[in-house]
Amino acid sequence: MVINGPAIRADHVSRHYQMGSALIRAVDDVTLEVGSGEFLALLGTSGSGKSTLLNLMAGLDRPSGGSIVAQGRNLSELSSIELAQYRSRTVGMVFQSFNLLPKMTLEENVELPLRLAEVDRSERAARVREALERVGLAKRATHRPSELSGGEQQRTAIARALVNRPTILFADEPTGNLDSATGESVMQLLKEIQLSMGMTIIMVTHERPLASRFADRIAALADGKLVSEGVAA
Amino acid sequence: MKARDLGELALRNLREALLRNSLTTVGIAVGVASLVAMLSLGVGLQELATKRLSNSGLFDTVIVMSKSGLRGFGRPTEPPRRTSAGSDQNSEQDHSPRVSPPLDDAAREALQKLPNVVEVYPQIRFPTEVRFAGKPYATMVAGIPDSARGNGAFDGVNGNFFSGDNADEAILQTEFAKDLSDKPSSLIGKDLVLRYAERQALGAQGAGASTSSNTEDSDSGSGGFSVVPREKNLRIVGIVDTEPAAGFGGIGSGRVLIPLAVAETLRAAQLNDLRDVVRGANGKTTYASLTVRAKSPSQVEKIETAIKDMGFSTFSLLDATRNLRIFFTIFDSLLGIFGSLALAVSTLGIINTLVMAILERRREIGVLKALGAADRDVKQLFFAGVMGLMGGIFGVGMGWLIGRAVTFGTNAYLRRQDLPPAHVFSVPLWLIFGGIVFSVAVSLVAGLYPASRAARLNPVEALRYE
Repeated sequence: MVINGPAIRADHVSRHYQMGSALIRAVDDVTLEVGSGEFLALLGTSGSGKSTLLNLMAGLDRPSGGSIVAQGRNLSELSSIELAQYRSRTVGMVFQSFNLLPKMTLEENVELPLRLAEVDRSERAARVREALERVGLAKRATHRPSELSGGEQQRTAIARALVNRPTILFADEPTGNLDSATGESVMQLLKEIQLSMGMTIIMVTHERPLASRFADRIAALADGKLVSEGVAA
Repeated sequence: MKARDLGELALRNLREALLRNSLTTVGIAVGVASLVAMLSLGVGLQELATKRLSNSGLFDTVIVMSKSGLRGFGRPTEPPRRTSAGSDQNSEQDHSPRVSPPLDDAAREALQKLPNVVEVYPQIRFPTEVRFAGKPYATMVAGIPDSARGNGAFDGVNGNFFSGDNADEAILQTEFAKDLSDKPSSLIGKDLVLRYAERQALGAQGAGASTSSNTEDSDSGSGGFSVVPREKNLRIVGIVDTEPAAGFGGIGSGRVLIPLAVAETLRAAQLNDLRDVVRGANGKTTYASLTVRAKSPSQVEKIETAIKDMGFSTFSLLDATRNLRIFFTIFDSLLGIFGSLALAVSTLGIINTLVMAILERRREIGVLKALGAADRDVKQLFFAGVMGLMGGIFGVGMGWLIGRAVTFGTNAYLRRQDLPPAHVFSVPLWLIFGGIVFSVAVSLVAGLYPASRAARLNPVEALRYE
């Protein structure tokens, strides 16, 4: 459900790669708008371009053409440092394979974005605790990721994504490495975050039922193109 | 990212691959140690050679002779004109270059006034007979200036240096001392008698023969002199291996060394006395040569030029010192190059360690970038300066230890050969700080490529890396 104006807008965005003599059109002329506080699912099969589009909107990659405007700023025009700040302060990322740093404890993993955003040391402990409490892992703060289940690791990754209080949360196949029950609980957590915090969530998935149940809207991609867009059933 | 956070994460990186990073740091330390050891050896040998050569008195002295003296006997020359200032002599030389001023007391005074001249003294060397324990020994006496006391030339003396410039004391050369006694050390404190030929101007025999200290004394008028046998009692105070500057600017090496002031008062007949008589030196004493000692070897060239401008002929080992400096510059460079080879190898070690770390942590770099790390943050995380600093400090320490070990070994060998100990190693402060700074600089340069490679990693590709 769109609460306010657009949180992010992709306008005729393309991302092309040169592979030898072949030009790969990973994302091809996609125009998409995501409202503030909306939960959008990017649906598609493997190689459809959904993850590439997510990376472009998350500021991890730059488009070959078109523009992406988030909070009034065109990401294509940002310098490398400004783009890093956008990733640090405006967005949060959750990956399919969690991507927690194995030698750090949960609290150290969650603190990492605060270090990168140069948040004052005196605030950090409270914010780390708050983020871990939100995902129900405050008691496991000093554990290492290897001591946690897949679902707990993904919850920690969500806590890490939220700790800098972003306005948009990007999730790339967040349930891809989880069993269905655990995946269900992670999706419920994301939904709860959307509703309680008014967070804009853009999630990549290839599971239509999951998208239909939790997302407000589904944008389907195939061969890099946006093929359908509509309210989830 | 703030410096403290950056430092903490960088240290965490170092700790996580402790063995590999420690080995790399040891590699740097070995490289720095080899460089420091080589350069210390070069510096030490240079200092040793310079000290030994300086002690010999060869490199900071200019021997001054009259040009007329060099032209030899029996050649008609214009009567020399007395001047007392160098500039006057210059103009004199300009107008009459064939005429050289006499090397007399006025010239000695003028030479003494030249800038950076420490002292001017005549070479006094004369044949004599020493009587000791009732036996005669023919030998050569040399006057030693009091300045020899402090310049290290007599550091290895067995016994003492002269108690004063006017002391009736003698230092014997070792070989001569062995002629006098089977136990040379036992000679110290004993007396010997010097029998020599005192020069007296004709008509002045017996006048103040051993009291006048002025060489330009009662000699007057005729230009001739008579020779009167004299004796002088001297106490043996020391025994030395060789006379410093032996044979340089003089004739033969002195085997009985006496204070220069004493030697001058003896007015012993020397070779140039005969020459002065032949020349008709008007009875005035001239020196065969004067030794001008400069403040340092580097001043010798200027002093030599100034003396030449005064119309005198000079001789120094300036070219030899220059060649010595060139030799040590090349020697140090070669040692530096060999020492640097080990450091070059350790530089490759740093690059290898960091490149491996980046390959291993590629995914982590992707995560950091996804979480908001800027390229600069990633680059600084792979900062090799810490390894360079640690390696530099350990390396300088190791280099110093190597130096101590080599000095210890060398001195043990020298002792076995019955030679005095020598400091073949020198680790000056500039080498300590230079070694550490160089190590850090090399590590930073070595880390540049891996660090910028890490910073340039595309986060999407890095996250895909398994």
